[in-house]
Amino acid sequence: MAYVVTDACHGCRYTECVTVCPVECFHLDEQMTYIDPENCIDCGGCAPICPVGAIHPSWQMPAGKGEWVEINRLRAAETPVIAAKIAPLPGADAQAGRLAS
Amino acid sequence: MSAPHRIAVVGSGPAGFYAAEALLRSGVPVSVDLFERLPAPFGLVRFGVAPDHPKLKQVTAVFDRIAGLPGFRFVGGIEVGADVSIPELSVCYHAVILANGASLDRRMGIPGEDLAGSHQAGAFIGWYNGHPDAAGLSFDLSAERAVVIGHGNVALDVARILLKTPDELRHTDIAAHALDALAESRIREVQIVGRGGVARARFSPKELGEFGALADCATGLDPDDLPDGIPEPPIDAGAEARANAAILRGFAEAQGGTGKRRRCLIRFGLEPVRLAGEGRVDSLHLRRPGSDATLALTCGLVVASIGRRTAPVAGIPYDERAGVHANLGGRIQADGVPVPGLYACGWSKRGPHGTIGTNRACGVETAAAVLADLAGLPAPIGNADALVASLAKRIGQTIDYAAWRRIEAAETARGRASGKPREKFVTRAEMLAVAAAAA
Repeated sequence: MAYVVTDACHGCRYTECVTVCPVECFHLDEQMTYIDPENCIDCGGCAPICPVGAIHPSWQMPAGKGEWVEINRLRAAETPVIAAKIAPLPGADAQAGRLAS
Repeated sequence: MSAPHRIAVVGSGPAGFYAAEALLRSGVPVSVDLFERLPAPFGLVRFGVAPDHPKLKQVTAVFDRIAGLPGFRFVGGIEVGADVSIPELSVCYHAVILANGASLDRRMGIPGEDLAGSHQAGAFIGWYNGHPDAAGLSFDLSAERAVVIGHGNVALDVARILLKTPDELRHTDIAAHALDALAESRIREVQIVGRGGVARARFSPKELGEFGALADCATGLDPDDLPDGIPEPPIDAGAEARANAAILRGFAEAQGGTGKRRRCLIRFGLEPVRLAGEGRVDSLHLRRPGSDATLALTCGLVVASIGRRTAPVAGIPYDERAGVHANLGGRIQADGVPVPGLYACGWSKRGPHGTIGTNRACGVETAAAVLADLAGLPAPIGNADALVASLAKRIGQTIDYAAWRRIEAAETARGRASGKPREKFVTRAEMLAVAAAAA
């Protein structure tokens, strides 16, 4: 069990999630963040703060998003920890607007 | 290299630890003394998080790492406000950060609130979590029905602990005295009562969902509260409110025929009016807002969980409305003017909301304010090391982080015998004795 970042983050990468993670379990690459399921303590703080609703608990994944559980596990092992907020990717606001509409 | 700036942080819950971390990792030479009134750190992670939520408590591994940062010192067993005053600290430190939480329960302000059998959630939670200030309390669990007032996660914690079977709690770090008392409990029904409707409830869906998976308790709703079913919350109520509505619909549909011996009812649109009883509570009277009709619930235990506020500290400006130290972005203010060198962090800064990690962002913000102000703060004229040494002499021993780790090791060893992650010491005297004996 852990929380899971899905493809809604891809190209956005707002990193609001990172500021409220108590255990620094977020990792990132050029496109998005990932949660290390070994470190996540299921506090749920990141999910409601994500501007694009990209984060879901592994036991309640939306339809069609199940593969992201394993992708987070794999990519978190290969990518560096991110502990502080960074600027979102260009185009993030446009993507957030699309998702909201 | 110049001597480091010295910062005192008061309170070793998540907010205190994360503020210390942000300061110590800033690259600015600072040292942090983290004051804690108990010999044990971690605040609500130890004394608030429910024993059946062990995964959340793994966050203490992060606090252990922070405690290992150069410049960090734990000053346990020292109560700021009693053993040492804020002005005494201010003499010895460039800055003082108050991270002392929200230790006071908000009261309902209704007749009968002080009858025996009527309690505040903070007391009940402290009791089952082995807080030294609550370990000696007793709760009468002999009546069939208990009522929990409030629609937040704390109310859910209280109800869940009352409704779980001893076997569901046996292998948690629940205090032994609480496990023994709960094993004898005759409570068969808990009603969780709140004034608002479904959309206004502040349950987190994850914690509400746990009520669908209790070993010997069926959870349902009272059709009288929502005669037209559960309305879909408006969009602006948020995703959590919609998730809660879906979970509650599931509870409503599953009602009846479960064979389970305990029952939880989650009730809406009911406002407490008074508690009644001869000497001790035997009923709670409620009414629908906007109506004069009242209904009475027979019950032997009432636990109010309607919010918390920070205990005012002498000499620190207080925001009565918000129930926090008066502050802007973590800078303590008197009549809108910052008080140099005084800061707040965590629940005593922003009120009792958010998850554990919310305190990390909060600590970063307060630390940033301290660091921005640091160059303009006068150098302390007192010596912090001498102060800490004199305080240790006053309690007869030094409770540093190594002392706490000895207490923790003894608790873990005690717990192993009974299959628990730890068996907490529930008095200061026991903790101090263990820390001293093993030194």
